Amino acid sequence: MDQQAYNTIEQSSSLCELSSHPEVLGAVPSQAENIPSALLDKMEEAITHYPVSKRSAALPLLHLWQNHFSFIDESGINWIAEKLELNSIAILELVTFYPWFRQKAPGKTIIRVCRTLSCALAGSYEVHEKFCKSAGIDSTCEGHHEIPTSPDGKFSVEFVECLASCGSAPVCLVNKDLVERVSLQDAEEIIKKNS
Amino acid sequence: MSSLIEHPHPKERRIVFENAGKSDYTPDIENYLAHGGYVEARKAFTMTPEAIVNEVKASNLRGRGGAAFPTGVKWGFIRRDDGKPHYLCVNGDESEPGTFKDRYILHRDPHQLLEGMIITCFALNIHLAYIYVRCEYTHAKEIMEKAIQEARDRGFLGKNIFGTGFDLDVYFHEGAGAYICGEETSLLESLEGKRPYPRIKPPYFPAVLGLYMAPTIVNNVETICHVKHILRLGSAEYAAMGTAGDGGTRVLCVSGDVMKPGPYELAVGSVTLGELIFDICGGLRPGRSLKAVIPGGSSSKVLRANEIFKIKAKADDGTIIDKEVPLLDMVMDATSVAAAGSMIGSAGVIVMDDSRNMLWALNNLNQFYAHESCGQCTPCREGVLWMSKLSTRMIAEGTQESDSAALHNIADHIAGRTVCAFGEAASWPTQSFIDKFPEEFGAQVAH
Repeated sequence: MDQQAYNTIEQSSSLCELSSHPEVLGAVPSQAENIPSALLDKMEEAITHYPVSKRSAALPLLHLWQNHFSFIDESGINWIAEKLELNSIAILELVTFYPWFRQKAPGKTIIRVCRTLSCALAGSYEVHEKFCKSAGIDSTCEGHHEIPTSPDGKFSVEFVECLASCGSAPVCLVNKDLVERVSLQDAEEIIKKNS
Repeated sequence: MSSLIEHPHPKERRIVFENAGKSDYTPDIENYLAHGGYVEARKAFTMTPEAIVNEVKASNLRGRGGAAFPTGVKWGFIRRDDGKPHYLCVNGDESEPGTFKDRYILHRDPHQLLEGMIITCFALNIHLAYIYVRCEYTHAKEIMEKAIQEARDRGFLGKNIFGTGFDLDVYFHEGAGAYICGEETSLLESLEGKRPYPRIKPPYFPAVLGLYMAPTIVNNVETICHVKHILRLGSAEYAAMGTAGDGGTRVLCVSGDVMKPGPYELAVGSVTLGELIFDICGGLRPGRSLKAVIPGGSSSKVLRANEIFKIKAKADDGTIIDKEVPLLDMVMDATSVAAAGSMIGSAGVIVMDDSRNMLWALNNLNQFYAHESCGQCTPCREGVLWMSKLSTRMIAEGTQESDSAALHNIADHIAGRTVCAFGEAASWPTQSFIDKFPEEFGAQVAH
């Protein structure tokens, strides 16, 4: 391959990469550039809970970050890693392991429906289907770190494993709130209320 | 929260749930103090640490998290004066399907847990403790951290607690949605900020090489709460509530096809499975009959209705005799459920009636384990996914004759070949569902 052809390929592949990551071009500012002082204070405080090893603050910092920004971008992973004096991979491997963390923005209202046995016996599959249909989400779409989100960005609906409220099945989490004994009608109303 | 408050039953003996079960109980410290709070923590400082450990040993308290290990024996592994730092990690990950007891303590009675922790830490010379709770308990952090602050403000936590010169810091730590973090060594890795791959035992027994490689006690939330009541009642009275070697009360969490599902705190061994389902939980739905019971969380082996177990029992004259026990007469304690070939585990009782398809139920659990395998050990990482794909296909396309043998075979090659007990937990459902309900795993035509 001559040098010119090689350059062309290099250029086109990097262009392609850049266009799919607008934040690299500066179109979207990275999260790390916009850390409010209140968040910074909370993170500093969380680190003090682990006098033996700063690394232990990784999960608390990721939670604080995601609670504020709604997801964790690359700059967040790098920032937290630097703060805890770790390589970025030590944080990235947590983000990709734990189902709770996301690398893309979810809908405004996040609905997590319990999928596991006791809730399934009580009809959680039907409840999940109803949530998806009411919110305009394809219920067959399975998300792990990319949570299925409605086109208007208002809702994310996902199945999660046992939420440990089997005595009042079926249950779901609507953002931070546990809803017990969810009926199909409840599901419809939750979507209506948050639309 | 509703199912705890709505259905108290006269057979219940509420100790740990005494406060949490009252509809008007609030989680603030004033209220806790008005309900006899921190009396036993103060009392503990008048005792010697050895005396506290001995009381817990004599109480026959067993761990309520799943393994039913005698708590006093576990504590006995810690040597107070070995010059090393010691840690306490309270396991509030509560992720075993069918289990829902710690959530009530964490949300409704946080100071009870803190008091249990203070006693434990004094007994074992621990000055730093963590409460590890799953983040799906979205309000628990706020409630527990407020309680910790209240206790600090009163001088019950922090430096020189109760004016005794003893220091203790307690922090709340949130998980992030991974079932495996309930496994104690995985919990420690998670707390260290690493990927929570379980550690191999030996050598990594937490009491020897735990958090930050220092001796660490990992106890379940309910277990720690019982410590307060052992001091309150005295070990003799506490032990007498239960059976030989298994003292006190424990919360049985009942879910599935019963009329009144919920958490029921009962003296250990005081009810049979039949009494639990048909008396305490109001029986099955009208017109339905019992088909299957998972007695101790989804990882315990399923039991079939009308099964009769041949077990060794002690006769009145002390001789060992063979006894036939039908499923509904099985006593709900660790020894009896183990004798029936399953385990009491986390006491998450999932009841299924005759309207349920066992292949469908197993597939639900297989999908759970496929999602939750941490991926460290090849037999588990590959095997549970394979089992899940196979049972999903059996439902979608119909069962072929070789399927049940294939499923069983995969499970047989996971159990015993992994670093942690997840391998067994994931295999036992498949093995037991097929063994107990072979007719539902035979060749079928899709419809």
